Amino acid sequence: MPAIEVHALTRAFKKGPRAVDGIDLTVDEGEIYGFLGPNGAGKSTTVLMLTTLLPPTSGTALVAGFDVVKDGARVRGAIGAALQEAALDRFLTGWEHVRLQGALHGMSRSDIERRGGELLDRVGMREAASRKVGGYSGGMKRRLDLALALLHRPRVLFLDEPTTGLDPQSRAALWNEVARLSRDEGVTVFLTTQYLEEADALAGRVGIIDHGTIVAEGTPTALKAEIGRASVEIEPHEAARLADLERTLAQFGTAIAAPATGAAIRLDAGVADVAPIVRALDAEGIRIHQLRLREPTLDDVFLEKTGRTLQGSGDSATEGDEA
Amino acid sequence: MNGSPALALQVGAIGWRSVRRTLRQPATIIPAIAFPIIMLFVTSAGLRASESLPGFPSVSYFDFALVITFMQGAIFATAGAGTDLAADIESGFLDRLALTPMSGAGLVIGQLGGAVVFGVLQATFYLAAGLIGGATIAAGVGGVLMIYAMVIVMAIGFGAIGIAAALRTGSGEAVQGLFPIMFTLLFLSTVNLPLDLIPVDWFRWIATVNPISFLIDAIRSLIITGWEPSVLLVGFAVALGIMVLGVALAAVALRGRLLRT
Amino acid sequence: MTRRRGWTSAVAGIASRQTRVLLKSPALLIPSLLFPMLFFAALAGGLAELARVPGFDYPAGYTSFQFVFVLFQASMFGGVFTGFAAARDFESGFARRLLLAVPHRSAILVGYVVSAMVRAAIIMAFVTVVALLAGLDLIGSPLDVGLLFALALLSNILGSLWALGIALRFRTMNVAPLMQVPFFVLLFLAPVYVPLDLLSGWIREIADVNPVTFLLEAGRALLVGEAGPVGTAWLVILIGGIILGIWSLAALRSAERG
Repeated sequence: MPAIEVHALTRAFKKGPRAVDGIDLTVDEGEIYGFLGPNGAGKSTTVLMLTTLLPPTSGTALVAGFDVVKDGARVRGAIGAALQEAALDRFLTGWEHVRLQGALHGMSRSDIERRGGELLDRVGMREAASRKVGGYSGGMKRRLDLALALLHRPRVLFLDEPTTGLDPQSRAALWNEVARLSRDEGVTVFLTTQYLEEADALAGRVGIIDHGTIVAEGTPTALKAEIGRASVEIEPHEAARLADLERTLAQFGTAIAAPATGAAIRLDAGVADVAPIVRALDAEGIRIHQLRLREPTLDDVFLEKTGRTLQGSGDSATEGDEA
Repeated sequence: MNGSPALALQVGAIGWRSVRRTLRQPATIIPAIAFPIIMLFVTSAGLRASESLPGFPSVSYFDFALVITFMQGAIFATAGAGTDLAADIESGFLDRLALTPMSGAGLVIGQLGGAVVFGVLQATFYLAAGLIGGATIAAGVGGVLMIYAMVIVMAIGFGAIGIAAALRTGSGEAVQGLFPIMFTLLFLSTVNLPLDLIPVDWFRWIATVNPISFLIDAIRSLIITGWEPSVLLVGFAVALGIMVLGVALAAVALRGRLLRT
Repeated sequence: MTRRRGWTSAVAGIASRQTRVLLKSPALLIPSLLFPMLFFAALAGGLAELARVPGFDYPAGYTSFQFVFVLFQASMFGGVFTGFAAARDFESGFARRLLLAVPHRSAILVGYVVSAMVRAAIIMAFVTVVALLAGLDLIGSPLDVGLLFALALLSNILGSLWALGIALRFRTMNVAPLMQVPFFVLLFLAPVYVPLDLLSGWIREIADVNPVTFLLEAGRALLVGEAGPVGTAWLVILIGGIILGIWSLAALRSAERG
C-alpha cells in the first residue's frame, strides 16, 4: 500500500486561479518524495491538504491509507509535519513544547519524557531544550520542529521547505537526519523545497509543480536523462575573439547564459560534440583559455518543462492566502 | 497511534501554556497592572470635587472609582487573550496544535485559562492598591470573593470576545482595534458618575443601556454600599450573558478558522 | 532620492509622505480622530454635572471648559502618534533608507514634526466642528481664540519631539507605551475636570508646577477672553521645545550610530 496516494486533487480559493489544479501522485512507503517548485506554485497548499488542515475543493487523497477528507483525525494520528517557518512559542522552552505536543497527542507522561529526550538528543537539542525558544537560531528552531513532528512516532513525515533560510551546516545536518529517518526507520517523507540541490541530494523521486500542476515527475537521474543534453562553456584566450567563438559554437547547439568573458551552448548532440567543437575552434585559430562541460541539472529540467529558471522565478503572491 | 485525550487534559495542556506565556511577558503584564492603578489615583484625585455634588453617594470618590480598575482589567483580558491567539494564527502555531487530536473546545477553553489567571492576578493588585489608598469594601470578605467571581466571569466573557476576533480576523492588529471600542463603552457608562448625576440626555441614555454600566454598578455596590442583591444579580446576569455571547461567538469563529477535516 | 535634495525639500518630502500615508490609511486616521471625540463625549457629556460643584465659575460652561483640554490633548497626541509612525518606519527599514538618503539628518526630525502638525491641524479642525455643534461657546475676541489655537497647535511639537526621541532611541514599536503613558499621566496630573482652584491634596501640589496646567489655564482664559497665565504658557512651549528638541536630536544621533 502506498503511503500517499493522490488523485485529481484540486484546491481553488475564492479569488484568483486554482492554487492546486488536479494533481496526481503516489509516494511509496519509506520513500523520500521531493516536491519542487517556485514560490506560489502550489506546494504549501498541497501540503495543507495532505495534512488535513485545508479541505480540497475536489479530488481524493489517501495518506497512510486514510482519506484526508473523511478520516482527518486518523490521518493526523499517522503523520507528523514541520510546516513553513517553524512556528514555535518564543516564550516556552524546547521541553515545554515537547510536553504540550505530547499531552495533546494523548501520550503518557513517561512516554513523553523518554521519547522526547531521545529525539532531542538525536537532533542535538538536549541542552538547549531547557532554554526559551526566543533565543534559538533558525537552525535550532528547525531541529526542535523536526523533533516535535516525530514525537508521536508518525509513519509519514511532511516537511514544508525545511531548510529555507538555513546556513549550509544546519542544512546538511537536517538532510542527514531526514535521510536517516527514511533509511533506518522506514519513515515516508514528503518534502517541499525550492532548492534543486536539496531535492537532488535527498529525494528518491521528484515532482515538479508549476502553476498548480505537476509538469514532470521521476527520479532526479531519470529527469535529468530525459533532458539528456549537456552544455559546454568556453572562454577564449583573447577577449577580442569572443564574437568569433560565439559564431562557431552556434553550429553545435543553442546559446545559453554564460559569463561575460565567455560563451555557452546546450549541445545538440551531447558530449560527443566536444571533440568537433575543439577542432572547429582550432581551425578558426581561436585559442581556448578555459572549457567547462556541465551535465544537466534539475534546474535544466525545470527550465525545459516550464520555460523559466527555478531560482528567482517565483512571483510575489504568497501561497495559501485565504480569499 | 494514540487516542484522543480527554477534554480536561487538553484544556490543562493549553491552559498551562497560556498561563506560562502570559506570566513570562512582564512587558505586557506590568503596564496592564500599573496603568489602571495610576489612572485610579490620578482620576480620583482630579474628580474629588464630585464629592460635593448634591446627590453624590456619601463615600470618598476614591472608593467610588476603585471599580474602574477591574473594568480596565477586563478590557486588557480581551486584548490579551485575543492578541495571543492572533499571534498563534499568524505564526502558524495554531496549525501545529491543529495537527494534534486537540478539539476546538479544548483550544478556546485552554486559551481562556491565561485570561482568567491574569484577571485574578490583576484583581489582587487592584484590591491591594484600593486598600492602600484607603478604600474599604463595604460587603466585607464575602464581597471580596464576589468581586473575584465577577472578575473571573468577566475575564472569560471578554477574553472569549477577543478570541472570537482573533479567530475571525487572524490579525493581532484587528484584535488591538477592539481596545478603542471597549474603552468607548467604558467611558460612556456610569464609570465616572452615578446615572442620576449625568445631565446630558444622550449620554445618560447610552449609560443606561450600556451593559458595562451594570457590571460597574454591581462591583461598585459591593465596595461602597454592601450587599444589594438586586444590583448584584443584574450585574452578574449581564456578566454571564456577555460570557455566553463571547463563547458562542468564539465557537462560530472557530468553525471558520479550523478548516481541518 | 537624490543627494542634490536640500534640507527644505527633504523636510517637505518626509512630511508629505507621512501625511499621505496618514490620509490614505483610515486605520491610522480614524483612531486619532475618534479618540479625542471619545474624550470630549466622556468629559463634556458625562461630567457636565461638575459645573454645579461649588466654586466652578467658568463663564462659557462645562462643554467649552472641556473643549480646551480635548483640543490640547488631541494636538499633543497627534504628535505621540507620529512617534508611533516613526517607530514603525524603523521596524520596516524605511527609516534606515531615509538616514542614508538625506544629507542633513535633522531634516528627518523636522519632517516628522511637520507631518505631526498637519495631523494635529486636521484633528483640531474636526474636534472644533464637533464641539461647535455640541454647544461650544467662543466668548473671547478673534485674536484671543486665534492665540488659543496657535498655542494648542504648537503644543503638538512637544508631543512629537518627546515621542520621536523615544522612537529614534529604541527604534521599535514595542516602546509605544513609553511614548504614550508618561504623556498621558502628565496630562491628567493637570486640572482636567475642574479648574486648578478646585483641586486639593497631592494632585494640587503637582498641578501647581505641572507645565500642562499653564497651557490649559491659559487656553481656557483665552477662550473666554479673561486674564490667565498666557505668557507662562508661551514660555512652556519655548522652553519645553528647546529641552525636548535637544532630547530628540540626541536620539537622532543614537539612531545614526545604529
